[in-house]
Amino acid sequence: MAICTGCSLLCEDIELTVKDGDISHVRNLCRKGHGHYQALLTERARPMIDGKEVALDQAIAKAAEVLHSSKAPLLCGWSNATLEAQAAGMSIAKKLGASICDTSPPCLGALMERIISGRIPTCTLDDVRNFADVSVFWGSDPSNSHPRHLSRFSYYPRGEKRQKSYEEERTCIAVDVRKSATATLCSNYYFRMQPGGDGEFIESILATLDGRIPKFGDKKRMIELGTILRKAEYGVIFPGIGMLYSLQNRLELFETLLAKLNEIATFKVVPMVERFNSRGFYQLLHAPGNSLAAAAKGCDAALVVGSDPLAELPLATARALARVPLIVIDPHRSLTVDAASVVIPSAISGMEAGGTALRTDGVKISFEPIIESDLPSDEQILAKILEAI
Amino acid sequence: MVSAMEIYMLLPKTNCKKCGLPTCMAFAVALLGREKKIDECTPLIEEKKYEAKLKKLREVMAPLESASETGLIIHPEKCFGCGNCVVACPVNVAAEPTRCGVGLGPQGEKVILRVEDGVVVCNNVKECRRFGPNKVLCNACTATCPSKAIEFV
Repeated sequence: MAICTGCSLLCEDIELTVKDGDISHVRNLCRKGHGHYQALLTERARPMIDGKEVALDQAIAKAAEVLHSSKAPLLCGWSNATLEAQAAGMSIAKKLGASICDTSPPCLGALMERIISGRIPTCTLDDVRNFADVSVFWGSDPSNSHPRHLSRFSYYPRGEKRQKSYEEERTCIAVDVRKSATATLCSNYYFRMQPGGDGEFIESILATLDGRIPKFGDKKRMIELGTILRKAEYGVIFPGIGMLYSLQNRLELFETLLAKLNEIATFKVVPMVERFNSRGFYQLLHAPGNSLAAAAKGCDAALVVGSDPLAELPLATARALARVPLIVIDPHRSLTVDAASVVIPSAISGMEAGGTALRTDGVKISFEPIIESDLPSDEQILAKILEAI
Repeated sequence: MVSAMEIYMLLPKTNCKKCGLPTCMAFAVALLGREKKIDECTPLIEEKKYEAKLKKLREVMAPLESASETGLIIHPEKCFGCGNCVVACPVNVAAEPTRCGVGLGPQGEKVILRVEDGVVVCNNVKECRRFGPNKVLCNACTATCPSKAIEFV
């Protein structure tokens, strides 16, 4: 049994056959998880300083030196690192007075802060499986982003109070701008909206719940949706990046919707986090996090742990980040690794290195290494850097 | 997926009964259900004027040859490995109620559908509700597939 770190669901039922230190056969791992490991095992990173291969300890010493001499260092990445590595990163940030932020989409922080502080009610995914009868996928497409979400928790499995599951007792609703793979499974309960129309959509739902005629969208369909939500016993909303980008600074509207829905029935929110330990980072930080765009412009050196910001971030931010010396801790080659001045290869979390991580709903899951590796884990590398600075 | 009507259009449409069935439409349906083979339509094979139709028919029937005994076809290139079919399949749930029933991946060998190396594979076809003479037209696996990676003939 192994834990998959391909997405934030951290599936625990993976069966591996290891042959000659390599994975030869896997069961129960989805395509995304399988691809994640296949990609990580090819083109491993090598310890390098300015494009020249060096010993691992030299690279770590150089990294500490760069960070120590920097006036405004930035520590970013973290969403693909274990809780222990994140804690070590925060100690480094404290010691250096560095700013620390992750590379998740900027709007996610605001939602996570509301969920962690309890302003938006939340529950675990096991509660979803056992009790939920209405699942709303809002601006998210778990079939692609978290392939086993529907089959493990939100729609198909039989739970304590939901023995008849998807056949009779569960309703799955998709609210999206396009008919995604998840929306095809929801068939009649797919509600389409205009891009950026989430605010209006929430107002329409609020109107139908109050018994008024909604101003926006197809009135009949909105009333139909209002009726389903009103009749729900235990509803769960899974807001995705689509919704967060559309609402931006108007998350209070979503909060109002939740408050209104909770007057009628029990409604919870479980965020759809992409990386396996983004949730852990927010929980450890206890704050919405710095804006990466601003931090990247102000820094003069950056430590990147387990992510590829140059390939993923908007061009302006990536460009700002690319001008400073980068220190990258990553198991395999990426655009950021190619552009970095110091590269420190690490063991793959969940496969070569153990640790703990928080699932997207905040449940702590610990994992053990499956394959032996000579490389140190993120946590060990960061501890060495912390000693040296 | 090819339909019975498309197959019918490629048959001689003479209702000659040489295949043992009353009409060409019945033969088309039998062909789709894999109860008959193309070679059993002797005029189509023997007469030269049907040569183009025969070639086309063999072309459209080619993908059906990869189907299992129940008519199940899996397109591994489309599969997400999400396991919706694994959890929804009633035979899987009956075989492993504490695992497939609650959304976990199966451990034993008795299940029909299972995700291996990131894509779904089919075993124990004989256990499927679509197998044999008393078959039920169950569609739990096809209806729950987000990418149409599973099809029935």
